[in-house]
Amino acid sequence: MMKIDFSGLDPAAPIKGRTDELCGDILATPSFALPTTHDFDGFQKAAVQMVKPAKGTTTLAFIFKDGVMVAADSRASMGGYISSQSVKKIIEINPYMLGTMAGGAADCQFWHRNLGIKCRLHELANKRRISVAGASKMLSNILYSYRGMGLSVGTMIAGWDEKGPGLYYVDSEGGRLKGTRFSVGSGSPYAYGVLDSGYRFDLSVEEAAELARRAIYHATFRDGASGGVASVYHVGPNGWKKLSGDDVGELHYMYYPVEPTSVEQEMTEVSVA
Amino acid sequence: MESVFGLVGKDFAIVVADSSAVHSILVHKTNEDKIMVLDSHKLMGASGETGDRAQFTEYIQKNVALYQFRNGIPLTTSATANFTRGELATALRKNPYMVNIILAGYDKETGPSLYYIDYIASLHKLDKAAFGYGSYFALSMMDRHYRKDMTVEEAIELVDKCIVEIRSRLVVAPPNFVIKIVDKDGAREYAWRQSIKDGEVLAA
Repeated sequence: MMKIDFSGLDPAAPIKGRTDELCGDILATPSFALPTTHDFDGFQKAAVQMVKPAKGTTTLAFIFKDGVMVAADSRASMGGYISSQSVKKIIEINPYMLGTMAGGAADCQFWHRNLGIKCRLHELANKRRISVAGASKMLSNILYSYRGMGLSVGTMIAGWDEKGPGLYYVDSEGGRLKGTRFSVGSGSPYAYGVLDSGYRFDLSVEEAAELARRAIYHATFRDGASGGVASVYHVGPNGWKKLSGDDVGELHYMYYPVEPTSVEQEMTEVSVA
Repeated sequence: MESVFGLVGKDFAIVVADSSAVHSILVHKTNEDKIMVLDSHKLMGASGETGDRAQFTEYIQKNVALYQFRNGIPLTTSATANFTRGELATALRKNPYMVNIILAGYDKETGPSLYYIDYIASLHKLDKAAFGYGSYFALSMMDRHYRKDMTVEEAIELVDKCIVEIRSRLVVAPPNFVIKIVDKDGAREYAWRQSIKDGEVLAA
């Protein structure tokens, strides 16, 4: 049984060698037993890491002149195993606000539903809809109070309120950012590249939807943890509307159709020298 | 790592902070304002974990406002600094806040002052201070060129020198900075130094 070693702190303990058999227990520095692990300090960290699911997904959202465009993939993975290709990662908080899911599915679903309840209570108590800033702040404060307890949530709250379109990024570390373009998940760097290069504020709804769809497709192409169906939602002044849900495999052949390969080299007769 | 630095001039104090919000290798935002205006004559620039930074500085801001409501007079900069340090110290051995703070303020009786408060709750009243990787460059620049009682123009020149140095020498250099000033006329935003304009700026 491994005991915690305080001998370095106790001046009375002998520097080298074990204590005398006769007065061993009396002179030995007080200590307690440790669990049997190789690396006591590291094992606790490893345990938290094991429970904490990596955010294997791609979600994105951006504000443009006609509102907010929200898109996500639909793959759920557990390490190397794809557990589902049809997960709903865009959560409908209420008819004019959407939330995206990245991280723990249960955490996101539960806390978004909880947020929906609190938003409705706010409406009933104050006779007006809650703003996107207010809703995201409520969620951020709740997540902050559970900081360090292993929640894994990387979400974007998108909506349309009195001030127009609003987009906030909220995560389980307690961070909250207001912005115009966000992408969250393991596929987000790939999506950011396509999104940033194609973005203009004055896109039309169709162009913005196509940009969102394309960005999700490119992320699913390169990131193993993203795939399935690319869903695209639009949040306008009258609330959200689902625009499309395309299988990314089909999108691939739509964007890059198979071309008949040209014959590069013909076999020719080699003349005998 | 986020850079925050500040210095005291003739009748003013300046706080400068970078403005990128970063998550491992991704930059989520390049125009995040990390210098909170606590009240009419106080600025608090903070660097550290995103959630802790926003929550802790807002907590201090609301408590400063509460004191004013209750007592009819605003807190002095020194009292605010000591209150902040006390809150960090109390939380330190239970649920520490990972925030480094530069607090600058102007009091009618004592003039401008700057306080350095780090995440393990040490407090120092200083003329110049810096946090983050940028501090490696800003501190020596300020040590070399700082003089007592600089004018606003001279101080901004020094700040720009520091920003240029951080931008050119730091491998993960933040592109944009925000500069805020506090003097007898109050605490306000002085300027932004932007080398990358976020989409937002165009849309507004």
